[in-house]
Amino acid sequence: MSYNMHILVCGGTGCQASSSKTIISRMNEYLKEKNLDKEVQVIATGCFGFCEQGPIVKIMPDNTFYTQVKPDDTEEIINEHIIKGRKVSRLLYKEPEHHNPVSDSKHIEFYKKQLRIALRNCGFIDPENIEEYIAREGYTALAKCLTEMTPQEVINEIKLSGLRGRGGGGFPTGLKWEFASKYVADQKFVVCNADEGDPGAFMDRSIMEGDPHSIVEAMAICGYSIGANKGLVYIRAEYPLAIKRLRIAIKQAEDYGLLGENIFGTGFGFTIEIRYGAGAFVCGEETALIHSMEGHRGEPTTKPPFPAESGYLNKPTNVNNVETFANVPVILNKGAKWFASIGTEGSKGTKVFALAGKINNVGLIEVPMGTTLREVIYEIGGGIKNGKKFKAVQTGGPSGGCLTETHLDTPIDFDNLIKVGSMMGSGGMIVMDESDCMVAVAKFYLDFIVEESCGKCTPCRVGNKRLYEILSKITEGKGTMEDLDNLRNLSHVIKDTALCGLGQTSPNPILSTIDNFYDEFVAHIRDHRCPAGKCKALLTYHIDSQLCIGCTLCARNCPTNAIAGERKSPHFIDTEKCIKCGTCIDKCKFNAISIR
Amino acid sequence: MPEIKLPQNKVDQLLAICKEHGNQEGELINILHKAQQLFGYLPDKVQCIVAKELGIPVSKVYGVVSFYSFFTMKPKGEHPISVCMGTACYVRGSERILDEFKRLLNINIGETTPDGKFSLDSLRCVGACGLAPVVLVGEKVYGRVTPADVERIIKEFE
Amino acid sequence: MEKISLQIDQHQIETERGTTIIEAARKSGIEIPALCYMNLEGMCIKNQPSSCRICVVEVEGRRNLAPACATKCENGMKVRTSSMRVLNARKTVMELILSDHPHDCLICAKSGSCQLQGLTNKLRIREVPFEGERNRFEKEVSPSIIRDMNKCIYCRRCETMCNDVQTVGALGAVNRGFDATISPAFGNKLSDSECTFCGQCVAVCPVGALTENDYTNRLIDDLNNPRKTVIVQTAPAVRAALGEEFGFAPGTSVTGKMASALRELGFDKVFDTDFAADLTIMEEGSEVLARLNAFLSGDKSVKLPVLTSCCPAWVNFFEYQFPDMLDIPSTARSPQQMFGAIAKTWWTEKMGIKREDLTVVSIMPCLAKKYECGREEFSENGNPDVDYSISTRELAGLIKRANIDFRSLPDSDFDNPLGESTGASVIFGATGGVMEAALRTAYELHTGMPLAKLDFEEVRGLQGIKRAVVDMNGFELKVGIAHGLGNARKLLNEIRRGESVYHVIEIMACPGGCIGGGGQPLHRGNSAVLKARSNALYEEDRSKPLRKSHENPYIIKLYEDFLGKPLSEKAHHLLHTHYFNKSK
Repeated sequence: MSYNMHILVCGGTGCQASSSKTIISRMNEYLKEKNLDKEVQVIATGCFGFCEQGPIVKIMPDNTFYTQVKPDDTEEIINEHIIKGRKVSRLLYKEPEHHNPVSDSKHIEFYKKQLRIALRNCGFIDPENIEEYIAREGYTALAKCLTEMTPQEVINEIKLSGLRGRGGGGFPTGLKWEFASKYVADQKFVVCNADEGDPGAFMDRSIMEGDPHSIVEAMAICGYSIGANKGLVYIRAEYPLAIKRLRIAIKQAEDYGLLGENIFGTGFGFTIEIRYGAGAFVCGEETALIHSMEGHRGEPTTKPPFPAESGYLNKPTNVNNVETFANVPVILNKGAKWFASIGTEGSKGTKVFALAGKINNVGLIEVPMGTTLREVIYEIGGGIKNGKKFKAVQTGGPSGGCLTETHLDTPIDFDNLIKVGSMMGSGGMIVMDESDCMVAVAKFYLDFIVEESCGKCTPCRVGNKRLYEILSKITEGKGTMEDLDNLRNLSHVIKDTALCGLGQTSPNPILSTIDNFYDEFVAHIRDHRCPAGKCKALLTYHIDSQLCIGCTLCARNCPTNAIAGERKSPHFIDTEKCIKCGTCIDKCKFNAISIR
Repeated sequence: MPEIKLPQNKVDQLLAICKEHGNQEGELINILHKAQQLFGYLPDKVQCIVAKELGIPVSKVYGVVSFYSFFTMKPKGEHPISVCMGTACYVRGSERILDEFKRLLNINIGETTPDGKFSLDSLRCVGACGLAPVVLVGEKVYGRVTPADVERIIKEFE
Repeated sequence: MEKISLQIDQHQIETERGTTIIEAARKSGIEIPALCYMNLEGMCIKNQPSSCRICVVEVEGRRNLAPACATKCENGMKVRTSSMRVLNARKTVMELILSDHPHDCLICAKSGSCQLQGLTNKLRIREVPFEGERNRFEKEVSPSIIRDMNKCIYCRRCETMCNDVQTVGALGAVNRGFDATISPAFGNKLSDSECTFCGQCVAVCPVGALTENDYTNRLIDDLNNPRKTVIVQTAPAVRAALGEEFGFAPGTSVTGKMASALRELGFDKVFDTDFAADLTIMEEGSEVLARLNAFLSGDKSVKLPVLTSCCPAWVNFFEYQFPDMLDIPSTARSPQQMFGAIAKTWWTEKMGIKREDLTVVSIMPCLAKKYECGREEFSENGNPDVDYSISTRELAGLIKRANIDFRSLPDSDFDNPLGESTGASVIFGATGGVMEAALRTAYELHTGMPLAKLDFEEVRGLQGIKRAVVDMNGFELKVGIAHGLGNARKLLNEIRRGESVYHVIEIMACPGGCIGGGGQPLHRGNSAVLKARSNALYEEDRSKPLRKSHENPYIIKLYEDFLGKPLSEKAHHLLHTHYFNKSK
């Protein structure tokens, strides 16, 4: 049976949160009612990436892109677009610059600069249907490897492509496979690291939700090349949708003979099992991940020995991250040369980023390595929200750093980001504006690290706690200039002595903010002032009696009844009661409330 | 410590879970996940049973339970509230939301209200960054929450 | 082994491939400080989490500092163990540790022997620049062990001993991050856990987090009390190690000096646990023979093998972990408790002293003995058979405190009747000793013939599990010996699976037996020290005129006057016990 039209509805976690499930069921009901259910198919896809505008509905074949669709819009879309062929222009995306509706997603600024390799199928296929994956060249790379290539040839191809680990470290993937292939053992393992833990990063989850078969296929290819017949996916238990889709994908692949014994009749067999993480950021580190899979506390151990020599159950193990795997089938289909033609000298291909924060177009994007931060923030991201001024962009999550205006023209790749004091990390990219306090941001990351440190080694267990305490002191206006020196020295010692990669990079957010926003630290210390107006201990709220017209909106919204005043006359704030939550500022339409 | 008695049928199910995983030490985390689903949390007794079945010291089970933030030894409230403290939500003001929940419910992170109705937690990124700041109550997602919304959200469940 | 060459500081060093930097440096006389690292080579015990980060060194070509304990030497490597970068890092890491550690060294039990204190001094740390939160844990005082986790530096040595070596699993890492610590499950007390009180954790703790519960102040009170008769018994292993605390070489037996010192301290009688060890052989040996004979005659209700029961940590171990096998161990009480039972009945009767006025103190190489004294079944109307036990280390401390010049003390003998012993009892202190003593007596009682050769070499030595077959005049007696509870577990699992071939098994909880007990001077894993201590015991055995327990004249007299014969009703009441299912 073939359909004339397809309605693609985003079924990613973000859009499901804003009721895309209801949209799908209402669409199906209404199509049935109109007797169109044989001609029009509704598909729940993976993430389109444009989360800011979700839920997203796309009509194929004409590529019409509806944004912020509500369940109540479904009848109108079907009546107008499907039946009458007229686009529902009020639901079309409007560029913030000129406010003209754009119908075709290809013409939307958000997508123009993107190149989707790892996300190639996200938003295009029904992730729960293997046929749709196969229709888009799915499992051809596996077939090619098993029937036409030796394991070493596969490794060579990956090496030649220049693919580097997308989980944060950036280690050359082909080389990693080669190490694992060299060790002789009765059993080897392929592990997919899907324990995405960076706060504010959801690349891996979107890939697993939107294109789980690409991971299944890539793991089998890796297994073939290193000589492993068993794969394990270590996935966060907090990702129920990704887990569900991965399970379905594995089951379907087994049913199609693409997993299991004797795949394509070549004698090669491969199976995949799922293991759950249980909420520990440190388990993103591969030795910790392996211990966790073995049922232990997720504590890292010193390398060497590397997992390639002694990993899961002390057997040679190759661990790659989700996004890394997602690139593999494409590389083998289109060739290493094609892949290596994209990107920069040292970093080939593309990188997926979770673009978030004070930016107009929050979402999941994929750009060629070498794209500048400016292009990402201003062209794809549509600039800073509410017309505010750009202040900083944080990459690399808790291991990365905060970059400034002066770094905006830096082409993004592994080496450049390290050069300017940050790192690629797994792909979180958080944009901050003038109202964000960089001392508080550094403290936020340290708070995360303190909470997530496994506690095994002294520098991370005690050192990061002390860094956090010093930062807290500074945000309360109690810091000294000596504290700044202590922060620096302690940060360097932690980098130099911590046991695992996470500990060694944990002070990066502090070092980069001290380097790039030194004056802001000094303002907190010397002047007891938070220039961004964020550090509660250092500010009080005031109502300007000249500007206040007594509309009472602030008083009605104040959660602690700290604002008093007669109607139509200026209000005032009881600073004793005020909890500095900021609601009144958000509500005031006359800019009468200020922070001092 | 107050002794709690586990219902026998649930204990039987727990034993079956352990057995299903071959009573293997390496399956400890998978078993604990299922046990938590079964009981809603992991009280001492449950950990002792798992330890016995797997033939490992209970200190080891507790060491694992206390390591991972997903595992809890306290029963959650009827309506578990989670405020996303991922970076995207943080820069869009989730700390203020969390503070407001703490203030109105008069509990801290990881605690449950005395009537057992609400428990409060923070979590790291649910991936709905487009809706930041995000609050989850049970399965229900609230996006673009402001401190003023908090009271309304709580009232919905009272 | 392939030789490689590397440079450590100014030294060109040759070493074998696979050696770690810390070991290569040590062998060349360069001491790289470390806190978590512990290599008990002689006992094949290694604690190497490489987590304290004190031993970091600079390796040329590496971005970060490397832990010397876990980094293997490579050919041509250049290592700097004390560059300014290293010294700054090491100092800062120490300051971090000290920022979460109490500064009450003056009254800390480990003061003077604390490795953290030593290193603080060596690194000349005179202030701690970091303020901030400290962990606050409640101190636990158990009968044997005091646990003050505020002093813990999370080196994980105790965890290794408790889990990997002893397989007890009472202590483990819990929580994470700054809250991470070592604890029994659910933050419970040791007393509410499977802890056997073997004290091996105390023996390896580098700081004051785990220490023995010190009873010497109580002893001083008792010795000062004119209404009390205070007598003492000393375990075999004590005499072989006490001298080390006074500068004698390991393996110097100080039996005579010890007896003199105890008299100087003011004990009314200085007796010997060895006497009770001979008594143990009489009871346990007879029990073994009885069970063996019944078994061989086809009595299906009798189970074999018989397990020894002298070691209280071992008794705890099987009560917690093998409750299905409570009927296998011998019912004989430990020598310490047999001594107490006889002292507070036969001897008090003889001397006309009231039970309440007699204080029985034991000097033990052991911390579990402290707990054993308090077991309810070893008391009469709330009055314990043995009032309390102090360890070899505590005794040494008390002798020093009392300004007794131990080295120049003359030798003296134990008092009678409870001080007389045979060579068989002396060797109780070494692994295999109880078995050997039992064999000497059992052979002669079983065959009615004198034993030609008293030395059973095959049951001696530090091998983890020893096996021997002894010809009992036609009958082949199969014996097994394990020391260290991990080894014991292996033999017990064999029994549980029905695969055990032994008739009798001796088990001692501590590696090496009592000479390596948790209350002994710290041997720091040096197995040469353990060997020397056991040699001292075998030497003393050889020098004794009587070397078989059943020939001890006072034992013979005790049976004649008081007990009747081994396994008599009275003997059962006073010298045997029963076990409890303590599984959780």
